[in-house]
Amino acid sequence: MTRVALLRYPGTWSERDFEHAFSLIPDVETKIVWHEDADLRGFDAAIIPGGFSYGDYLRAGAIAKISPATKELRRFAAEGKPVLGSCNGFQILCEAGLLPGALLRNASLEYRCDWIHIRVESDRTPWTAGLARQVLRMPIGHGEGCYVADADTIAELEANGQVVFRYTDERGAATLDANPNGSTANIAGVSNAEGNVVGLMPHPERCVEALLGGTDGYRVLANIAHALAGTGRAIFK
Amino acid sequence: MRYVATLHVRTKPEVRDPQGEAALGALRSLGLDVSKVRTGKEIVVTFDARDEAAAEEAIRTMGNELLANPVIEDYEYDVKEAQPA
Repeated sequence: MTRVALLRYPGTWSERDFEHAFSLIPDVETKIVWHEDADLRGFDAAIIPGGFSYGDYLRAGAIAKISPATKELRRFAAEGKPVLGSCNGFQILCEAGLLPGALLRNASLEYRCDWIHIRVESDRTPWTAGLARQVLRMPIGHGEGCYVADADTIAELEANGQVVFRYTDERGAATLDANPNGSTANIAGVSNAEGNVVGLMPHPERCVEALLGGTDGYRVLANIAHALAGTGRAIFK
Repeated sequence: MRYVATLHVRTKPEVRDPQGEAALGALRSLGLDVSKVRTGKEIVVTFDARDEAAAEEAIRTMGNELLANPVIEDYEYDVKEAQPA
């Protein structure tokens, strides 16, 4: 059984969607963990769901970075345990310095709520094993998803294979039109140097069954059970 | 001793400022000959510290750890002793 912690900060809103998503995946159990009580001992992986932690005051994800949960998350990540942050969870991981770069207001200044395509650029993370070069269709919903970092950091991320997801069209071409928020080099998700911490703006938990309009999120989330069981291959549903 | 610090947080010059760009367009639509707009924020913090050096150290901790994100923002500050009410 793979045990996955779903961190809940004040204003987190996607933890129940993740709970539902993982309930569809065999051999995974989840627990929603309140940020002040965060103790990740005994868990195999941790999720930082989306939402508006602390109302996005100051900057999206900024205040969450000094919560007790984030301190515990640093320890957990340093042990090499898999961590996935989606949407506001990605913003929190960047603010906390667990991932490089930052997320600015969308270049359009508009909140974007849509289905988009991302191409898996790296399969060297516990979340993307077996998915190399796959084009996934997922929903987004964010006002601050414009990924930026200085030119040296971007070059380093590209060279190290730390760009995990890139916005593309449905055929996998990283065009200007396929970029929903102005992110540098169409970057939709990155990992740390070790590959165990991954953040992305799209919502894998919102596309895990046909009823929701897509199942590509299942392919990412189901990976965690298999990655930890040592089989390392995504199953396709 | 009680101090009042004023921090001015601005997006780094090389980082895009979409709010500034939107304001630029709006100002031009007023018929004004505007070439550039950059936005930022002012944060005023009242706090206690042992002396001026400790106050400076505290405000730098606030700026570096929370009030500005060094990846995308710069900040300037000034600290003064609070005026008695």
